[in-house]
Amino acid sequence: MTDKKTMIVFSGDLDKVMASFIIANGAAAMGNEVTMFFTFWGLNALRKAKKVKVKKDFMEKMFGWMMPRGAEKLGLSKMNFGGIGAKMMKDIMKKKNVSSLPELIEMAQMMGVKIVACTMSMDVMGIKEEELIDGIEFAGVATYLGEADEANVNLFI
Amino acid sequence: MAEINLNCKGLQCPGPIMQVFKTAKEAKSGDVINVKVTDRGFAKDIQAWCKKTGNELLELNEGETEISAKIKVK
Repeated sequence: MTDKKTMIVFSGDLDKVMASFIIANGAAAMGNEVTMFFTFWGLNALRKAKKVKVKKDFMEKMFGWMMPRGAEKLGLSKMNFGGIGAKMMKDIMKKKNVSSLPELIEMAQMMGVKIVACTMSMDVMGIKEEELIDGIEFAGVATYLGEADEANVNLFI
Repeated sequence: MAEINLNCKGLQCPGPIMQVFKTAKEAKSGDVINVKVTDRGFAKDIQAWCKKTGNELLELNEGETEISAKIKVK
């Protein structure tokens, strides 16, 4: 029987989401089944970089406009300095040959990591299915709890 | 039984372990993977990986700048 790992990615900070995907990819390489649940700010990491035309009310539009659109746009949890910190961090990581967040997400999907978006927070933040990257699932808390019950590691990031 | 050379020099964590995983998946039982890595954490990581996945670590050499390992695929 393969071991299972579950993760809740609540944060939309670049460093925290990167750490999540490094753990996910590592676990998949250890032969584990991995499920990542994205909720609240974490959902921003899954947004498509390009604007998708969808029907939204005023508040949803405001939310969509104020939050980072996709993995490329996330800021650091510390020393972000209005995005300059994130830019510097990405430059250094590139120099040190660390995979970028979009690359890590692609790798995770290739490794069979299950990515699930929380539909309740999508609704709250006005994020539509079409706005999120392809190949992910949409579910609620019961799905996560069901998976977490079978896992031997569960992280909240 | 084949010998597979895998160059993971320059790759950062979790790159090397993912490459070893992919290579082992495609290899046949009894094949030997020779992997070269520059990421310092790999020496510990490959031991944990082998223990976890049941593949056999035949050799592990930690050089100044490079780590090499020989893994027999289960």
